[in-house]
Amino acid sequence: MQTHTNNAYYVPPPSIWPLVGSIALLTLATGFALLLNKTAAGPYVMALGAGILLFMLFGWFGNVISESLAGKYAGQEDASFRWGMMWFIFSEVMFFAGFFGALFYVRNIGVPMLADAQSLWPGFAAAWPTAGPGLKTEIMPVHAWGIPALNTLILLTSGVTLTWAHWGLQKGKQSQLKLGLAMTIALGILFIGLQWYEYVVLDFTLRDGIFGATFFMLTGFHGFHVILGTVMLIVILFRSLAGHFKPERHFAFEAVAWYWHFVDVVWLLLFVFVYIL
Amino acid sequence: MNTTTVNDTAGHHDHDHDHAPAGLMRWLTSTNHKDIGTLYLWFSLFMFFFAGALAMLIRAELFQPGLQYVQPAVFNQLTTMHGLIMIFGAIMPSLVGFANWQVPLMIGAPDMAFPRLNNWSFWLLPAAGTLLIATFFVPGGAISGGWTMYPPLYMQGGIAYDISILAVHILGVSSIMGAINIIVTILNMRAPGMTLMKMPLFVWTWLITAFLLVAVMPVLACAITMLLTDRNFGTHFFDAAGGGDPVMFQHVFWFFGHPEVYIMILPAFGIVSTILPTFARKPLFGYVSMVYAVASIAFLSFIVWAHHMFTTGMPLGGQLFFMYTTMLIAIPTGIKVFNWVATLWRGSISFETPMLFSLAFVILFTIGGFSGLVLALVPVDIQLQDTYYVVAHFHYVLFSGSAMAIMAGVYYWLPKWTGHMYDEKLGKLHFWLTAIAFNITFFPMHFLGLAGMPRRIPDYALQFADFNAIASVGGLLLGASQLLFLYIVVKCARGGAPAGDQPWEGADTLEWTLSSPPPYHSFVTPPLVK
Repeated sequence: MQTHTNNAYYVPPPSIWPLVGSIALLTLATGFALLLNKTAAGPYVMALGAGILLFMLFGWFGNVISESLAGKYAGQEDASFRWGMMWFIFSEVMFFAGFFGALFYVRNIGVPMLADAQSLWPGFAAAWPTAGPGLKTEIMPVHAWGIPALNTLILLTSGVTLTWAHWGLQKGKQSQLKLGLAMTIALGILFIGLQWYEYVVLDFTLRDGIFGATFFMLTGFHGFHVILGTVMLIVILFRSLAGHFKPERHFAFEAVAWYWHFVDVVWLLLFVFVYIL
Repeated sequence: MNTTTVNDTAGHHDHDHDHAPAGLMRWLTSTNHKDIGTLYLWFSLFMFFFAGALAMLIRAELFQPGLQYVQPAVFNQLTTMHGLIMIFGAIMPSLVGFANWQVPLMIGAPDMAFPRLNNWSFWLLPAAGTLLIATFFVPGGAISGGWTMYPPLYMQGGIAYDISILAVHILGVSSIMGAINIIVTILNMRAPGMTLMKMPLFVWTWLITAFLLVAVMPVLACAITMLLTDRNFGTHFFDAAGGGDPVMFQHVFWFFGHPEVYIMILPAFGIVSTILPTFARKPLFGYVSMVYAVASIAFLSFIVWAHHMFTTGMPLGGQLFFMYTTMLIAIPTGIKVFNWVATLWRGSISFETPMLFSLAFVILFTIGGFSGLVLALVPVDIQLQDTYYVVAHFHYVLFSGSAMAIMAGVYYWLPKWTGHMYDEKLGKLHFWLTAIAFNITFFPMHFLGLAGMPRRIPDYALQFADFNAIASVGGLLLGASQLLFLYIVVKCARGGAPAGDQPWEGADTLEWTLSSPPPYHSFVTPPLVK
């Protein structure tokens, strides 16, 4: 791939946004630590940090979008964004891999070892789900073929509608693009709503032993990613309405689509390893 | 790529006149890889002295048996924060500083692929560093259960424990973004003709290191997120009563932690592999095997993690597996050491300061590698777990490995970065003081460990007194010698004999084709590599 054009690679002028972002994370972390330690100022400091972070995101992405519209990302820069997004998604894969690893560890090694230690925990038998030998809580797991199966269907469908929207974009059919995106967003919101409902009606919490902990950590971080993906799709919808994307040049759309499919795949693994098995 | 951009050129040349912006905003808002590299290097030097000062307190306390200067609780904070800050604040940022300065110059790129993101990766470090240093002043003091943050000890501390988790999260964000930036720069921004197998070895080591960072920093994030929820939200990941397992933390942590060890040494390999050929005036011996050796070490780093945990009650099969995989690492490492020595073979060698540091690296790192092999043996490791032998081992690979390679690199590239030669006499003095003091400090620790002295202990039995006194004298000398390093660097930055474009006649990488210091924006038009 020979990507050097007559243009020099676009090196942006000095920017205030990285510094703003660092101040945002410093404030956010300080506020969170204060909140966790029951300090009254905690929530306010956190809110301030979140506000600065939002300010930074609007400013920084605004910058990127206007540079993109000005045609600064036409050559080699585009390949950089593609590589960058791929490696970012890889880091996300490893993040979920860590939690899946924890799940596999406790199910196959941790809990059986506790059951082997009969002198420590007499009468404890290795089973899944379990809240552990000390809590004595009965866990009623979620029935996989209820809401979770429906949610699987919803996310898989959303992958189809998103691809359909992409086809619309590539063929220059603006209405197909917008309709497809709107449907994908609606399905995303539906998924989040159903997941929320499931959390409400469940009779165990993340405090209920290792099952509750792994269940909520995995599904919680996944749900957080779906929310993030939905927000990203909404931004893409607004940018589509503003006519930012061309049939041959629309990497922002593709990046969000990659992200959405990644979240989709994580859900399939969750469905198998958290809900069915 | 498409060709609709011919008319865009007019917009490109109005902002990058070749002088640096002035004042504080130059550093706060920089999108220039050289400026950001400089920031990384200064930040890491500051943290090196901060964490080094903690080490001086440790050695002062251990100079003789009994409690002298600090209470045991404070002593534990010192050892913990010394480790955490040296790793995340000194070694890693300095290597990223080298990547920032050198990778674009060595591959003929105009800058990093994402210059703004690059600046964010840096400015997150002072944020996290502030949080970490602040923990010394919160109620209960800093974290004190060791830099590895093992539960259940980690469950018991105060607000410093939460702050440190969040600080490490921020460091992780910084590392992941920095690593993505480096990977994309190397994969996408090489000058025409610079194929992968023509890249300088330093660039190769950073490509593989950045891959390791992207792969394992998220796993560290998992581990410390579980700590955070166990501490604050009632989960039972590491609590047996709830079906969890504190040993699970060690598995997740060391799945990050062992690749992390190589994250800190592979770029050091790259620096040494650049310097040795220059001063031996011969090309690097076995370049291709060097690349494959680095890649093999990176691959193996994912399947050796439990050798840090031989005493946790692992099944025999697990112990054997991790022992053998660990010993396998000796093969690619041996290839590297062989190649370094073969590079020197019949070379016309001169002994400038960077070369002295690099030669010391080869010898002393190899000692650290051998003691690592000793520790890989399960029966031996069970005896030596958490003794000073381990402390000796990892200081041989981290100080005389990473840190001395970093110093070698600083001396090697300072003339390029500043345009001035450093003071060669003082540089050599710094080298000999460092190398001798280092060995006085850490060699006796092997004996202490073999005799059974546990690490992370402020007081000890009388029979350990002599070696501890020697180590403390060496340690304080080692620390004081680094003030000389600071003086030499500052002196060189402020002035000195002009370096010329190519102060080292044997150097053949692209940065030497530029002026010293290089123009603020270099390789705006990529060079053609034959």
